[in-house]
Amino acid sequence: MQLLFLLEQVVNGLVLGGYYLLIALGLSLIFSVGGVVNLAHGAFYAIGAYVSLEIAKHLGFGAAVVLSPLAVAMLGVLFERYLLRRFYTADPILSLLVTFGLAMVAEQLIRMIWGAAPLPASMPAGFKGQLILGDFMFSRYRLLLLAVVAVVLAGIWLLLHRTSFGRVVRAGIQRPDMVAALGIRLQPYMTTIVMLGVGMAALGGALFAPITVVHPAMGAEIIIVAFVVVVIGGLGSFWGVVLAALLVGVVRGITIHFAPAAGEASMYILMFLVLLFRPRGLLGERIEKFE
Amino acid sequence: MIKHEKDAGSAVESGGRRKVLKVGAAVAGALALGFPAIVRSQSDKIKIGHLTPLTGFLGALGEYATMGIRMAEEEINRAGGVMGRQLDVMSEDSVNPATAATKAQRMLERDGATVLMGEINSASAQTIMQVAARNKRLFMSIGARSDVLRGKNCNKYTFHVDIPVTVMVNAAGQALLRDGLVKGKRVFSLTADYVFGHDLSKAAKNFFAANGATHIGDELVATDVTDFSPYLLKIRQARPDLVATNLAGNQVTNFVKQYAEFGLPYAVAGFNLNTADAWAAGDGNLAGIWPTVWHHELDTPGSKAFVAIFRGKHGKPPENHAWIEYVSLKIMAQAMNAAKSTDTDKLIAYFESQAEFDLLKARKGYFRSWDHQLIQEAYPFTVKPKGQAKDKWDFLQFGAAVPGANQPLEVINPPKEQNSCVF
Repeated sequence: MQLLFLLEQVVNGLVLGGYYLLIALGLSLIFSVGGVVNLAHGAFYAIGAYVSLEIAKHLGFGAAVVLSPLAVAMLGVLFERYLLRRFYTADPILSLLVTFGLAMVAEQLIRMIWGAAPLPASMPAGFKGQLILGDFMFSRYRLLLLAVVAVVLAGIWLLLHRTSFGRVVRAGIQRPDMVAALGIRLQPYMTTIVMLGVGMAALGGALFAPITVVHPAMGAEIIIVAFVVVVIGGLGSFWGVVLAALLVGVVRGITIHFAPAAGEASMYILMFLVLLFRPRGLLGERIEKFE
Repeated sequence: MIKHEKDAGSAVESGGRRKVLKVGAAVAGALALGFPAIVRSQSDKIKIGHLTPLTGFLGALGEYATMGIRMAEEEINRAGGVMGRQLDVMSEDSVNPATAATKAQRMLERDGATVLMGEINSASAQTIMQVAARNKRLFMSIGARSDVLRGKNCNKYTFHVDIPVTVMVNAAGQALLRDGLVKGKRVFSLTADYVFGHDLSKAAKNFFAANGATHIGDELVATDVTDFSPYLLKIRQARPDLVATNLAGNQVTNFVKQYAEFGLPYAVAGFNLNTADAWAAGDGNLAGIWPTVWHHELDTPGSKAFVAIFRGKHGKPPENHAWIEYVSLKIMAQAMNAAKSTDTDKLIAYFESQAEFDLLKARKGYFRSWDHQLIQEAYPFTVKPKGQAKDKWDFLQFGAAVPGANQPLEVINPPKEQNSCVF
């Protein structure tokens, strides 16, 4: 019985990992291609949640989940074009400071527009409730969420590995100098990557709004987890991020099963161990421009 | 040409001199008249150091708290202030226990604060209490509810406005007993992992043990937890009759939303839920029995007037932290007026005289002299049946005041033999 309970936590942890993945994958892509740690990534997640609530008031939940990420992705294009672009070749500390500052500005803007008090958000009644599969309990909504994550993940993978766009991006991650020598400008590709990454974060915000507290600091909460996942997974690795997200979810579930008070600390301990024994992350590649 | 130039030069020169004279005269005038006037008006103000969390998991409550104390400040100042002096409330984000203590010390030492007020976080209130005692100055702890603050760790410089956790447990507990959810039932608890949660858990366990329920689990939850799914699995594995939560701030809202998401069938209750966190739960997510210190539908003339003005100002009903900060500043003003002083010892003597204060409730309140706890009514609440809410603020169903009108207010508070407070 005890083993079955533990297994249920493992399975639930995998579902939770999917939830982290949506945020971490975009962060990892922007980092890999542009060399910029986008600390404002969480802000786009929060904006995605708030915008989805505004849209849901008029057009309903379904439209909100589709339109909010699209709108925020456009915001991401502006963000890349007018801000981030200036910092690709600059000292990394500058891009850290700029995106950190932007995250704070965004949080205060949300506070000014929508207030500090959390906003109510709920899902259509049909999605609520549990699904018992075998001996395990699942939330119906989270299974739906997992399906969306799987589709997004498959789409990104196909884009990176089966299109000419993806070939240039992957080459740009490995050898930006060679790509430049071939006469290809990486900037338009970077714009698209930021648009996709930011759009995914906003999709996360819109999808999580019904099951978590929608408040101005929600972006700061998620960015830490996403960052930990990226570090554990390793730079430049698509599957590294996937593996790390699932691992963080599972480790957290198992920790809460045995020592609930240590649940949130577990992912930092995991990160510590990974950095100690494998500093480039689980599946991290050796990337020339970061060495 | 030369003459012209010379004229021009002298004109500039004399113009410059005239300017210097003018500025000099203005400065002298300001020194003689204006500046002392400014100094006098500054020293005339009664400065109040106000600390409350404006960020973090209690930040939303702190925003309401600030709105409430500002409203009282404006009203008092418009009516002529306290002893003819204007109040000046200096509000700052208390951030965490260490920062709260540093800021409290600075407010007393450098900013000229006469008294300290505020706080919601029990851990931060604890460190501010120590600063108050060290400086021998008054601290009115407004929103912190931990029992130990007015028990084991009490000090004579601190007065506590919000209800202690024992009262919260008793207020919700009466409703739970009435609904037959306690006697012979198996209870599973989730507890916020800091001083407030631990205290709440202790009071809840006492209540359940005294009333014939069995505790089959009590899990600690870190304050930054946003995903409760592993805890929900553990609840299902334990199959309790009642899930009783001792959570705080955003934790409660996250828990309530995800409990509804997973559709667990067990009855829910909790011993702490602020109205702002209940409002944030969203349509159809909240269930169960909860306590509160005040609510915006309270049917007294005072509360109705307060709610109407607050709504007019902010476009939404006040939350319980807005109310409590509002009445707290009014209490402080009443005390200063009555004591005719801002002196710490005189204020303490006035409060300890068990003078009565209008709390906008049916019955007046007073500070108990031996633990400095404000004795007042509390209320349980549940959720209105689906479809009965008029707007998004209206889905809570508030119960009658606890204790009943025929009982003394003190009965829901920890009695002296259970409270180890010694000044």
